[in-house]
Amino acid sequence: MTLKIGKSKTPVDATPETVDLGRRRAIQSGGLAVAFLWLGSTGVASAMASATRQAGDDAAALADGNPPFAPNAFIRIDADGSIRLVMPSVEMGQGIYTGISMLIAEELGIGMDQLKVEHSPPSLALYGMPALGGQITGGSTSTRSEWQILREAGAVARVLLVSAAATQWKVDPASCTVERAVIHHAPSGRSLGFGAVATAAGKLPMPNPLPPLKDPKDFVLIGKPLRRVDSSDKINGVTQFGLDVKVPGMKIAAVKECPTFAGVLASLDDKAARAMPGVVDVLRIGNAVAVVGDHYWAAKKGLEALDIQWDLGVNANLSTKQLRDALADSARNGKSIVAKETGSRPATGTTVDAVYQLPMLAHATMEPLNATVSVTADQCEIWTGTQVPTRCVDVAVKITGLPEEKIVLHNQYLGGGFGRRLETDQVEQALAFAKQVKYPLKVVWSREEDIRHDRVRPMYHDLISAVVNADGLPVWFGARTSGGTVLGRWAPMAMGKNGLDSDAVECLDELPYEIPNLKVEWIRHDMPPGLIVGWWRGVGPTHNLFVVESFIDELAHRAGKDAVAFRRAMLQKNPRTLALLNLAAEKSGWGSALPARVGRGIALGEPFGSRVCAVVEVEVTPQGEVRLRRVVVALDCGIGVNPSSIEAQVQGGLLFGLSAALYSGITIKNGAIEQSNFNDYRNLRINETPLIEVHRIENLESPGGLGEVGTAIAAPALANAIFAATGVRLHELPVDWTQLARDADALMSVASVGKNVEGDLV
Amino acid sequence: MLSLQVNGESHSVDVPPDMPLLWVLRDVIGLMGTKFGCGIAQCGACTVHLDGQAVRSCVLPVGSIGTKAVTTIETVGKTPSGQKIQQAWLDVDVVQCGYCQSGQIMSATALLDRTLNPTDADIDAAMSGNICRCGTYVRIRAAIKQAATGKLDILQTIVTPPAAASAAPNTPVGASS
Repeated sequence: MTLKIGKSKTPVDATPETVDLGRRRAIQSGGLAVAFLWLGSTGVASAMASATRQAGDDAAALADGNPPFAPNAFIRIDADGSIRLVMPSVEMGQGIYTGISMLIAEELGIGMDQLKVEHSPPSLALYGMPALGGQITGGSTSTRSEWQILREAGAVARVLLVSAAATQWKVDPASCTVERAVIHHAPSGRSLGFGAVATAAGKLPMPNPLPPLKDPKDFVLIGKPLRRVDSSDKINGVTQFGLDVKVPGMKIAAVKECPTFAGVLASLDDKAARAMPGVVDVLRIGNAVAVVGDHYWAAKKGLEALDIQWDLGVNANLSTKQLRDALADSARNGKSIVAKETGSRPATGTTVDAVYQLPMLAHATMEPLNATVSVTADQCEIWTGTQVPTRCVDVAVKITGLPEEKIVLHNQYLGGGFGRRLETDQVEQALAFAKQVKYPLKVVWSREEDIRHDRVRPMYHDLISAVVNADGLPVWFGARTSGGTVLGRWAPMAMGKNGLDSDAVECLDELPYEIPNLKVEWIRHDMPPGLIVGWWRGVGPTHNLFVVESFIDELAHRAGKDAVAFRRAMLQKNPRTLALLNLAAEKSGWGSALPARVGRGIALGEPFGSRVCAVVEVEVTPQGEVRLRRVVVALDCGIGVNPSSIEAQVQGGLLFGLSAALYSGITIKNGAIEQSNFNDYRNLRINETPLIEVHRIENLESPGGLGEVGTAIAAPALANAIFAATGVRLHELPVDWTQLARDADALMSVASVGKNVEGDLV
Repeated sequence: MLSLQVNGESHSVDVPPDMPLLWVLRDVIGLMGTKFGCGIAQCGACTVHLDGQAVRSCVLPVGSIGTKAVTTIETVGKTPSGQKIQQAWLDVDVVQCGYCQSGQIMSATALLDRTLNPTDADIDAAMSGNICRCGTYVRIRAAIKQAATGKLDILQTIVTPPAAASAAPNTPVGASS
């Protein structure tokens, strides 16, 4: 089997007997998604969701209130007509519960006000999606991978319900229509609600072949800016997140893990803690301690009263500089894997080189990590918000020794994911503590634990070069990128046969531009033991687009060309992306005059099956402080399911990326993360947030991913804007404001007050 | 034993006086709408009202509250400003993950209570203590303005999508009244 990584023009060749053309189109793009498709095709994750009833569906429906009509894993209609939809993806803010509901409702023939949503139980067979080879929410794959199957699921249900009504009426099903969960037979003026035919419809055989889907021009829901299905509960404080779980008899634990990577607990004196009011227990595992209390405050005070000795381990002296130096050495001298090579490097021409470095990053989800666990002799129950339900079950099997069917996972709304909840470490830790006690245990990480024990976005070191022609345009592009591999730990089976991490080079090996020769290499550089790197919103593209689009900007400047005109010249054979560039330039007023120390920066890319172009406008004060003035985004994500969600994801994603680029970096001293809370791991706030305009090019192309698109394009547009404003090229993030002061005199003057202050202060 | 007035009800709680109100609300009284985000008053997720003033409950010792009335997200919608803010939050579909939104709404309601027509600077001052990692700030700003003026100047979401194409945006509170 050949597998093209990235934006293949040919459909991905994967298990063609189960993946139809529509779905293949939907997932043909995106290194991470394609990497997992590989995993799926190896048979490791072959059981996958289906629009029609399959083996595990009866048991799942039985456990879900045994509704009379449950034609597949996603739809339950009760006898009273209430409609429940089971969500194959998890909701962490991205709006997917709304998108999923719209896809099903569109074909089922119901209104968005007529449905209730449910979290799905862990089941690879029922809720596994092909794009990521499992029941996994990440990589901006949900809509891409569910677009086809969930509409099919809705259509299957509608056909069965109509068929039941038509049989009862003894009429041709084709003469019936469906509107807002009611089946009508216009010729005879009869109507039946879904509930009235649910039992009869539940006994009908599955339609074969699958019913045809609506023509997009007939959509009544898809494409409309509909309110989120979870809004109402979230504004009333009713939504239950993992941290809000209440279980009878539950106690609450505050925890502390050894601050150093791979360090362990040496000794513990808990006498003072145990004597404190409200403290119930003190628990130990290999690398952490927990104080259990009647409430979190008692547990926290107890934790503070512990006298803990840590064995700091092999990383006791580790520093950011050591990591940086070792990574830089790998980038220069390490053995590389060639991700892509096209043509060859010309013997003549001018070579341009640049080095880019990106920092480690924490996720800092608003809801700190937590898990509630109840372990008894014959059952284990887990309540947590997770992007990987089945992986939580897997670790529970391992830690408790109970069989899989004795593990019950209750997934929750996630107070942010950003990739952090693709890990199961908080569940593993909670299981290890909870199996020592007889009561349900809620393990709460403080913000300090959450940041100090994050599974950070890896640091990167990139050597980029180009050979340019007389016009300054690149005729050869070369990249040596180096960093820790997330994929290599998280899903080693998904690594390329040559050892390549396809995520590490996404948006680097497939450029939107016409550059005849290219060589992209990846150097695997593993971090020291215990420093575990993880997925972070935007994954490979967040890193690579910063590098590529900063470098393209450097080339444009070197050639004396306007940044838009320079890109335009290389996009003549890429009309979809060229149209975006032109739209962003137009809407941002590109080229119009700006005051001194104000600049616009542009960046474009094709991440996650979408295309995006962002223009960021900044002002840099004479003292070097960066202020965001305006952001304009042009987006082509193919068919848009919910324009309101699209706008929200692009705006929020951009702010997530801008926040990191402006302020965030995880550093290490004496083997431990130095940052600990929002005071020293700073985040963008509303007073620093500009207006963000989102302009879409609408078409009928397959839906692209959205959750990470804004994040991935934010940093290069920002850095290019800062260059335009100051002439300072940023090769490292986060932005180092000390580089940006106009001159030494400016630093002596008083800092500007208020926003958008143009010119100097006296 | 301390007596607390929370959402119009009296609660007797047996807790140490230095225990922050946040944990009394969540782990003792069982009101889970008020959120834990940082524990050091840096993120605003725990914002509640004390006699109408927005305060960070994660650092507010419960012993210092006395007879002041505590209002949380669970009942803020019963106040005119809270109702307007929540309706505007729905109309422009502010929320994403939603975890910070209890605190955002409590801060915004306190702002609207004392400032009928908040300017951008007023919004910055009142809301910059509330972090949203999803980045809903653009819509938060728009929703506060909409709650204050009734003027629709941002994409409005549709509540009940229609069979026909006659869907109208939901009319925000304040626009019709």
